Amino acid sequence: MYEFDWTSIPGAIPLLAKGLLVTLEVTITAIVVGIVWGTILAVARLSSNPVVAKLAAGYVNLFRSVPLVMVILWFYLIVPQGLKAIFGNDIGDIRLTSALVAFALFEAAYYSEIIRAGIQSVPKGQVGAGLALGFTPGQTMRLIVLPQAFRNMTPLLLTQAIILFQDTSLVYVIGLSDFFGTAYKVGDRDGRLVELLLFAGLIYFVICFSASQLVKRLQARFVK
Amino acid sequence: MAYNWNWEVFLQPSATGDDTYLGWLITGFKWTVSLSLSAWVIALVVGSIIGVLRTVPNRWLSGFATAWVELFRNIPLLVQLFIWYFVLPELLPQGLGNAIKQSNPLWQQFFAAMICLGLFTSARVAEQVRSGIESLPKGQKNAGLAMGFTLPQVYRHVLMPMAYRVILPPLTSEFLNIFKNSAVATTIGLIELSRQAQQLVDYTAQPYEAFIAVTVMYLLINVTVMFLMRRLEEKVRVPGFIGGK
Repeated sequence: MYEFDWTSIPGAIPLLAKGLLVTLEVTITAIVVGIVWGTILAVARLSSNPVVAKLAAGYVNLFRSVPLVMVILWFYLIVPQGLKAIFGNDIGDIRLTSALVAFALFEAAYYSEIIRAGIQSVPKGQVGAGLALGFTPGQTMRLIVLPQAFRNMTPLLLTQAIILFQDTSLVYVIGLSDFFGTAYKVGDRDGRLVELLLFAGLIYFVICFSASQLVKRLQARFVK
Repeated sequence: MAYNWNWEVFLQPSATGDDTYLGWLITGFKWTVSLSLSAWVIALVVGSIIGVLRTVPNRWLSGFATAWVELFRNIPLLVQLFIWYFVLPELLPQGLGNAIKQSNPLWQQFFAAMICLGLFTSARVAEQVRSGIESLPKGQKNAGLAMGFTLPQVYRHVLMPMAYRVILPPLTSEFLNIFKNSAVATTIGLIELSRQAQQLVDYTAQPYEAFIAVTVMYLLINVTVMFLMRRLEEKVRVPGFIGGK
């Protein structure tokens, strides 16, 4: 039988915590940029201008048809060259930058679908009422439709955030040391891969399970 | 940007000699498709069972099913894959573990990825199956029981045939997801499409051609699956239900 030896974990806590910070940095950036850019995309998709609507739909469909792993690799290919073109060769570690860009642009496509459904869930009469009160279409969207839409879709946005938090582990493919990458490296270094992988799985489970229970309770309050 | 486009690179004989680089892409394509399809079979079978168990009037069975769903939904796919691939052979009895470690590495990668992807997706399928069953009017189950069917018979003949037809659209998107998620198998070295993209970059130094070709292949898979599933959805949709006429 396999003999567990968990002793390499306590010493690795500072490293793992640093990794967790990278994970959180990628997650939070992707949530913030993803929701902002996703809202713009969703509004563009519902725009009456067919060119704008088509462009936004193309962006969303493209990102949604390609595996996240490929997107991360794509941006790892493109971002460094873009940065080099702007800043010259002295750009340091670009793995984090390209991961941030990849996740933000990728998640925006998923968020925009949630937000579009949220906007469409607001009764049409609200738009009519807004326009009748003399708001411009932009003001109607910003002050009347979007606040109600966001209220309706908060649980879905949070669920997507939990999925995103899990997906950030895929930065492993470009060798960025997030929480999972650090756990893997420590396990590999100490010959304790089994323990470190199980530990990483446990931590992810605890975080995601508690978060999803919170979302569930929030959802129950919203339905009332 | 001075980049030398060279699409003919795919027709050149590959570094290992016995194939062209296009051949590499096709090999990767075949692995992606066979991995995804075999994992999908596991996901459908296991997901249906777990989904049904979540709705049965037995605390232990539905508790087990709930635990299953929560376990597979709250751990990242990559972590699950590494646990199947690196951890499981260590935890099995030594003889069995060694037998696995000595088998063909390609099959080790394939089976680890297949089981991982299948069970990961089974949790998502289970949720769809459950919501499909719960979306049916309560009267259907009671009518079945009143007609003298046993509970398993009610599920088999009354509830499931309806539930599957109702949940086909969300199942389509899970089916699409499994192809995309199969790219995660690149991390344990399985030579599926996205692995071939990286290998082509290493061997040909034509990264853009390689990445564009692989991206187009994923798009092709996506379009094909969507087309086929739309036809199926049109055929089986239930009049009067969500998505029905």
